Amino acid sequence: MKKLIIETRHLDLFYGSFQALTDINLGIEEKNITALIGPSGCGKSTLVRVFNRMNDTIEGVHTNGEVEVLGENIFGPEADLIALRQKVGMVFQRPNPFPLSVYENITFGLEIHHSRSKKEFGEMVEQSLTDVMLWNDLKDRLDRSALRLSLEQQQRLCIARVLAMKPQIILMDEPCSALDPIATLRIEELMQELKRNYSIVIVTHNMQQAARASDYTAFMYLGNLIEFGNTKSIFTKPVQKKTEEYITGRFG
Amino acid sequence: MHLRKVKEFIIERMIFLSGIMSIIIVALIFIFLLKEGLSIFWRVPISDFLFARNWYPISDPPQFGILPLILGSILVTAGAGVISIPIGIASALFIAEIAPRKTKEVLKAGIELLAAIPSVVIGFIGMVTLGPFIKDLFHLSTGLTALSGSITLAFMAMPTIVSIAEDAITAVPRQYRDAAIAMGATKWQTTWRIVAHAARPGMVAAVMLGIGRVIGETMAVMMVTGNAALIPHSILQPVRTLTATVAAEMGETVQGGEHYAALFAIGIVLFIITFLINGVADIYLHKTKK
Ligand SMILES: Nc1ncnc2c1ncn2[C@@H]1O[C@H](COP(=O)(O)OP(=O)(O)O)[C@@H](O)[C@H]1O
Ligand SMILES: [Mg+2]
Repeated sequence: MKKLIIETRHLDLFYGSFQALTDINLGIEEKNITALIGPSGCGKSTLVRVFNRMNDTIEGVHTNGEVEVLGENIFGPEADLIALRQKVGMVFQRPNPFPLSVYENITFGLEIHHSRSKKEFGEMVEQSLTDVMLWNDLKDRLDRSALRLSLEQQQRLCIARVLAMKPQIILMDEPCSALDPIATLRIEELMQELKRNYSIVIVTHNMQQAARASDYTAFMYLGNLIEFGNTKSIFTKPVQKKTEEYITGRFG
Repeated sequence: MHLRKVKEFIIERMIFLSGIMSIIIVALIFIFLLKEGLSIFWRVPISDFLFARNWYPISDPPQFGILPLILGSILVTAGAGVISIPIGIASALFIAEIAPRKTKEVLKAGIELLAAIPSVVIGFIGMVTLGPFIKDLFHLSTGLTALSGSITLAFMAMPTIVSIAEDAITAVPRQYRDAAIAMGATKWQTTWRIVAHAARPGMVAAVMLGIGRVIGETMAVMMVTGNAALIPHSILQPVRTLTATVAAEMGETVQGGEHYAALFAIGIVLFIITFLINGVADIYLHKTKK
């Protein structure tokens, strides 16, 4: 068994008085792809946003329970949000490159976290664009606005921008929902490449995607974690009745 | 059904007409300015009018060189810009990004209130408080200087700059902020490096419109700048602006006379300057919307 990089214990989360997560107990292994599936509104986004504490930006959120990320209690008094977010990158549902050049999109994270020289910046830009297979397409257009790229290129750039920070975990919240099926498959291929060096948690409402691309799957329903396990066994012999109903398309 | 169509048609036409009307009125004003003002250029070549150093409209023979007035306007405006742009942009960032909701509402109301103060009142306050203060501070013979004008006008440009820049900053999509924060950027890094950058076209437009207001302002500058039509050598000297000249002298002129035409020609110069500034502001505003 591989090392656990994320562990939650009795995690509850409330938006004001509305309880969005109830007693989540989950352990996520390193250098795997873990998919969170479940019907819309079941709390998938809310849960991944716990792992880098992005819910802090929303007023009135509070949590109970414990969450350890890379061995540290992220709600503890000594939690360092900036260091946490450097180690835990996030890719959003809609590609959201900054309205800056391709180059600056990648160096932004470097400037925040590492005081490196400009020369090293150049190398990091090349490295991270190569990792997401954009380097050949963009090497002559690094000073162009990132907003002029295709949606797929934008999403790859958003992944590259996260890779440049040298994270250990990458959270992806429905990263393909704005992309066409071909681009979706190509991003899934990229994820398979990335999992050699990174641990990936992906939210998806697309069950085929979870089945194709992930090693572990968590099925959530109404803020509860219903079932968690090996992707193959979840999709072939689910233990819970709800899981079976969902993956056979009876609701959702 | 038919009736409704007729109604639609009439309403559409009326809106179209009122739109057209504003353009026609502006065009008419410009034509009127040209008609009254151009005759000065029979007597004084344009280059002399713009660049000669003396404005002695009622001596004999009169001299119509508006260079001191242009420099007066530029000096006062530039000074107002230096004061109001950094403070205005910083206030806009503070209100849009940092201030808690309550503070934000109070500040926004305050800014609107500032915009609502008539310029003559601001000029009056400047004259009785700022003038003496500057006089004592720098040991001058008069406190009515370009600097007093700049400070007074900065107060008038600020509401425009703050409110338009604040709109531009607020319009920056949340997803950019989320991306920056998720990368571990601090509030300050997010605001300065990403949000301010994304809002830059709108902020430029805000500055242009604020400055446009300053250039066109008359009453307050007339009261606080001392109105000496001399080429200024420092910001601590009295100056006279283009607008103040027109306002102060129009009453003494004979309709159709040289002096009268010269004042209208100043009007043409002002019209063109404001038109250009608003044009640039417009271009930037459209850039933001895209
Ligand atoms: N900012 C918020 N404020 C209040 N309620 C929210 C907020 N974000 C999400 N919720 C609620 O929390 C529940 C889970 O939402 P979410 O995590 O976005 O679901 P999913 O990503 O699975 O579709 C939903 O009922 C949603 O309405
Ligand atoms: Mg979601």
